[in-house]
Amino acid sequence: MSLLRYTDLRVGFRQDGSVVEAVTGVSFSVEKGETVALVGESGSGKSVTALSSVNLLPDTAEITGSITYQGQELVGASEKELRKLRGNDISFIFQEPMTSLNPLHTLEKQLSEVLLIHHGMTGTAARVRVIELLEQVGIHDPESRLKDYPHQLSGGQRQRVMIAMALANDPELLIADEPTTALDVTIQAQILELLRELKDRLGMSMLFITHDLNIVRKIADRVCVMKDGEIVETGPTALIFDNPQHPYTQMLLAAAATGRPDPVPEDAKVVAETEKLRIWFPVQRGFLRKTVGYVKAVNAASFSVREGETVGIVGESGSGKTTLALAMMRLISSQGPVVVLGQDIQGWSNRQLRPLRADMQIVFQDPFGSLSPRMTVAQIIAEGLSVHKVEGYASSEEAVIDIMREVGLDPETRHRYPHEFSGGQRQRIAIARAMILRPRLLVLDEPTSALDMTVQVQIVELLRKLQVTHKLAYLFISHDLRVVRALSHKVMVMKRGDVVEAGDADVIFDAPKEAYTRALVAAAFDLKVEEGAGL
Amino acid sequence: MTLSPLNQRRWRNFRANRRAFWSLIIFSILFGLSLFAEFLANDKPILVQYRGGYYMPIFKFYPETEFGGDFRTEAVYRYAEVQCLVETGGMVDCFDDPDTLIEDAKDGVINGDKIEKGWMLWPPIRYSFNTQVEGPGAAPSAPTSQNWLGTDDTKRDVVARVIYGFRLSVFFTLIVSVLSSFVGIIAGALQGFFGGRTDLIFQRILEIWGAMPSLYVIIILFAILGRSFWLLVMVTILFGWTALVGVVRAEFLRARNFEYIRAARALGVSNGTIMFRHMLPNAMVATLTMLPFIVTGNIGTLASLDFLGFGLPSSYPSLGEMTLQAKQNLQAPWLGFTAFFTYAIMLSLLVFIFEGVRDAFDPRKTFR
Repeated sequence: MSLLRYTDLRVGFRQDGSVVEAVTGVSFSVEKGETVALVGESGSGKSVTALSSVNLLPDTAEITGSITYQGQELVGASEKELRKLRGNDISFIFQEPMTSLNPLHTLEKQLSEVLLIHHGMTGTAARVRVIELLEQVGIHDPESRLKDYPHQLSGGQRQRVMIAMALANDPELLIADEPTTALDVTIQAQILELLRELKDRLGMSMLFITHDLNIVRKIADRVCVMKDGEIVETGPTALIFDNPQHPYTQMLLAAAATGRPDPVPEDAKVVAETEKLRIWFPVQRGFLRKTVGYVKAVNAASFSVREGETVGIVGESGSGKTTLALAMMRLISSQGPVVVLGQDIQGWSNRQLRPLRADMQIVFQDPFGSLSPRMTVAQIIAEGLSVHKVEGYASSEEAVIDIMREVGLDPETRHRYPHEFSGGQRQRIAIARAMILRPRLLVLDEPTSALDMTVQVQIVELLRKLQVTHKLAYLFISHDLRVVRALSHKVMVMKRGDVVEAGDADVIFDAPKEAYTRALVAAAFDLKVEEGAGL
Repeated sequence: MTLSPLNQRRWRNFRANRRAFWSLIIFSILFGLSLFAEFLANDKPILVQYRGGYYMPIFKFYPETEFGGDFRTEAVYRYAEVQCLVETGGMVDCFDDPDTLIEDAKDGVINGDKIEKGWMLWPPIRYSFNTQVEGPGAAPSAPTSQNWLGTDDTKRDVVARVIYGFRLSVFFTLIVSVLSSFVGIIAGALQGFFGGRTDLIFQRILEIWGAMPSLYVIIILFAILGRSFWLLVMVTILFGWTALVGVVRAEFLRARNFEYIRAARALGVSNGTIMFRHMLPNAMVATLTMLPFIVTGNIGTLASLDFLGFGLPSSYPSLGEMTLQAKQNLQAPWLGFTAFFTYAIMLSLLVFIFEGVRDAFDPRKTFR
């Protein structure tokens, strides 16, 4: 008998009287001690499939079909029965470690709550078990951390605590919903290793949901590939990777940002440069706001970027790469020269900067947050035209249509609102908004991180094409080394505000000098934990 | 004007809430009718035909001499003498025995002579809010066929006062709500957008302002400047604008870190445009959620001030004043019941409407 078996599961969501089908007839099973991966792009229904098992879906969901856990039917089961399963036999780990823990409770309280609910464990017994659990998930010196609050932990540690909570009741089945997506590459490798080890030691089964095929290859025994609410292909991991049958699986496997950027001519002009740029935020205390210290976001960063050239800035979260980019755009204050098109714009007022803004533009990470939901696409793209003049167009309408065609959007859709577009299309809109002003320098702040692999590839291609046509200088920020490799001429590795290593991309990737760079490269390309890298 | 898809969805959601939708229709009809209160309850006729000429006393002053009377003051149309003059075409005998003459004039012939018969078109209620009702009985007098809800303690028709009072209350709350929201949104927007020191100083000013005893200030101002409608409007705004500052400020503080705000800044868009085009729409939903409390609160403020005797001048048709009379004249229950039902219906309708509006703007609410 399978541990968990889905038979022809269908899930629909009611909205405004009509039902939108998210999952259309999914059947698969998870055997004891097995890891099954559900893979698919965003919107393929993989999370909905997982959450429907113990009915964690909103009230508007309509579930039909059958889900059995050790022979017990779960579809239509009473809330009381389901609650007994949740957290006890079936545990969950979610994507976002920041919001999955209650910020007002200490670690001990969060963990012992689980023990109290399902086992009635209190006092010393609970405390001993909590310490044991924290040890199990690799938190050092757990006794001293019991009274810590979530904000005192790093992202990786929080995810470890989440795993400890999920393991508290020795579950038979662990459902992990993109547990490493929000983490840095090096932490991601550590968490994956931990999960695999725990699964073997405790004899659990695991249902692993992810969009990243590299992770699947590392961790799963069997793979189910989902597309538009259906499983299009399923089989043992090795078989699927070596010999994919379905065209969609083949496309997913082939989707990786490859290639190298076009070389830059020797005599290309410098568009932007800086020398020992420092960004320190003062920490002020007391009544007189005396400066008692600094948060050192960036220490002494130097680089220059030429026409048609891309400088990639890589590093983990908190390394100061976005801060550096915002300082180059003069959106936050900094100390040191900021030279754009030969002029040092440090200390210029907003009014002075305004004409120059057309020459330096920025594209943000989150394609959902960076477009105003209350404006049509045409209004969003044309916004810059209300401030700056662009030569060669009779009307802003014409300019919008032209730029939409250039970034690969259908100009007919310009009167729609952002929510009607997919993530990749939204990112194209954001690029169009920046490109309509014909900038010389484009800062790209993680433009591909929130996108599916196949869409990432398309955006990378678009960026490459735009760079060649318009001789653009890119400042490309990403934690995704594959994309950086595909786009950058030069690379700068940052760690906690310091530039660890900088130079030509090929040199950095093929022969990294610093231990930290080596660890990053190993984690990103092989999902391996490099020992002794001082992480 | 076409609505955006978002607004279309909101309108659909609002329509789906039948209680709110019907409340809106009923309230619109009531308020629409009360806008034409002069045609519903007035002591002057709408149209007069006298000797072949047409007169509109509702808009224009006519001395009694115009209709063949003696006085050069305005004709008092509800007097039998004036009615007789109009209907008989200005016969002098009207001053002696108007009632018989009016009876006689119905067939158009008096004493064998043909007369120039005239007529008057009256509103359904022949009293304005300040018309003294003649006739026997002590004030306040009980409901009769003439005074449907009786009269108040100075013998004024209660129905007429309710119609005018309703209009005045709604007008007052609309003016005050719109103006104080306007001020509040601007103040909240500036605080939230600039944050930091501006925000800090402004917040302290607000705290001091909020601690002011508004009732005393109103009493003192009225004592110095004399009571008037517009002074009351001004004072209510003066103490009411702070209601929205909190939510708008919070929305702006939240929105100023959005990426699309940052993108607009990178495009070089000016502060004013960013606030107006990008951030204000975000604050509107929160504002709309607060608005019902402001609107009903202002009606309550007006009522309580009137009730305490510090509100509108006594010549105004005030529902609060009627409530005060009801308290002083418990032997006249029609006053109390009328005041209670008027307020209950008016406030319930408003609350139902805004409840529907708030739900319609809630993106997480699903309607089946």
